[in-house]
Amino acid sequence: MSEIRKELKYLSSHEWARLEEDGTVTIGITDHAQEALGDVVFVEVPEVGSTVNVGEEAGVVESVKAASDIYSLVSGEVIEVNELLQDAPETVNSSPYDDGWFFRVRPDDLDELENALDADDYRSAIEDEE
Amino acid sequence: MGHKTVLYSTHQAMGGKLVDFGGWDMPLHYGSQLEEHHKVRRAAGMFDVSHMTVVDVRGEEAKAYLQLLLANDVSRIDNKFGKALYSAMLNPQGGVIDDLIVYNMDGWYRTVVNCGTREKDLAWMNSIAVDFKVELQVRDDLAMIAVQGPDAIALTKQTLSKERAELIDSLAVFQGGESGEWFIARTGYTGEDGLEIMLPDTEAVAFWQALVDIGVAVCGLAARDTLRLEAGMNLYGHEMDDNVSPLVANMGWTIAWEPAQRNFIGRAVIEAEKAAGVQQKLVGLVLRERGVLRAEQVVSVEGCDQQGVITSGTFSPSLGYSIALARVPATIGSHCQVNMRGKQVTVEVVKPGFVRNGKSML
Repeated sequence: MSEIRKELKYLSSHEWARLEEDGTVTIGITDHAQEALGDVVFVEVPEVGSTVNVGEEAGVVESVKAASDIYSLVSGEVIEVNELLQDAPETVNSSPYDDGWFFRVRPDDLDELENALDADDYRSAIEDEE
Repeated sequence: MGHKTVLYSTHQAMGGKLVDFGGWDMPLHYGSQLEEHHKVRRAAGMFDVSHMTVVDVRGEEAKAYLQLLLANDVSRIDNKFGKALYSAMLNPQGGVIDDLIVYNMDGWYRTVVNCGTREKDLAWMNSIAVDFKVELQVRDDLAMIAVQGPDAIALTKQTLSKERAELIDSLAVFQGGESGEWFIARTGYTGEDGLEIMLPDTEAVAFWQALVDIGVAVCGLAARDTLRLEAGMNLYGHEMDDNVSPLVANMGWTIAWEPAQRNFIGRAVIEAEKAAGVQQKLVGLVLRERGVLRAEQVVSVEGCDQQGVITSGTFSPSLGYSIALARVPATIGSHCQVNMRGKQVTVEVVKPGFVRNGKSML
């Protein structure tokens, strides 16, 4: 069973969101997702300063096996992206919840996170797949 | 739930991620396909290829049978005991039923055909055999392990008897030899030096373990695919199939046109195709920017109405960018465009072969 962190919020498309102390939201992909993708070779993240919207493609994660769109759990301005992933995309595989984060958003409306899945709901969602 | 090789439990125990391949449960990787690929290029890695189909051909007319059945000519390996020949097996319409290797075993022949085409191949080979004094024997009692990489031969020898080590020393590239019930060949599907070893099922687990103990890395199908594609080698079902001519699959060099009197199945069609001028060819594609070329992506060539298609695409671990094989109009120049997820991306056209002896050929 892949790792699921209790304190995060999730999408059924296998992204996670962490609400930081300063009110920003960090986005990445789950352990289940990195395992299914296999070795990641390219990561495309949104530009700093650009806007992301819930439900729209915000980036791409590409493994040897397949390319997958990344969705944000919140709308807002992208304030930081993880440069490490450009030179070391394999970090997504080795550390999906920590060093392998994708981008950070200043959210317009934190209530959007309420619509996302909590850890238990995400676990149920993927139980059939694992 | 598919067929399992004799090493199935071993793969499970070693953390293999098992997936279906042509009706067999095979390891895709054991953790990281990129690491497994690098191990083969830099040291030694091994693959369980027991799912492949071994067919021994014996009898008075074995040679004549194979000379009709195969587009390449087994005469080319006359008098060279253990020598291997790579050939297409064509249907009467000139399409490729399979690609295979045939070994001259001095009085009989051993063929190795693909796993996914097993039933089709056996039905075809048996139907043609009816008119010849020949017997075909499928060797499902044999397992097969491929050990590949610059250290592969040295490490393998260390696990074997003096007699088998000496046999290995005697092998030229693309040649095999027998030792007891084992058949050891200096062949492979990676572009590296190495061995493909056929041995009784009952001895496979112990041999695999001995190789693990001596430091050979276990490698799965995913690494096998990136290695063969870097080496510019075809994969049946991608570069060619029943409806594709060998002449557009970079297999023209495997056709033995001489002697002109040798009638092989499919000859008439591909001979006419050659005479009329072959319209397509298989090329290599290189994308030096981010992104991965993938099979079925459409290729556009400037000034040409006909489009091409990528037959195999991947990320090349040894080069650090994406490569592909594509069947394209023969008039293609140095560049073309590929439709990648809705965007037209310019890529470089090269000969089909990207890495040799661990080094870039580009």
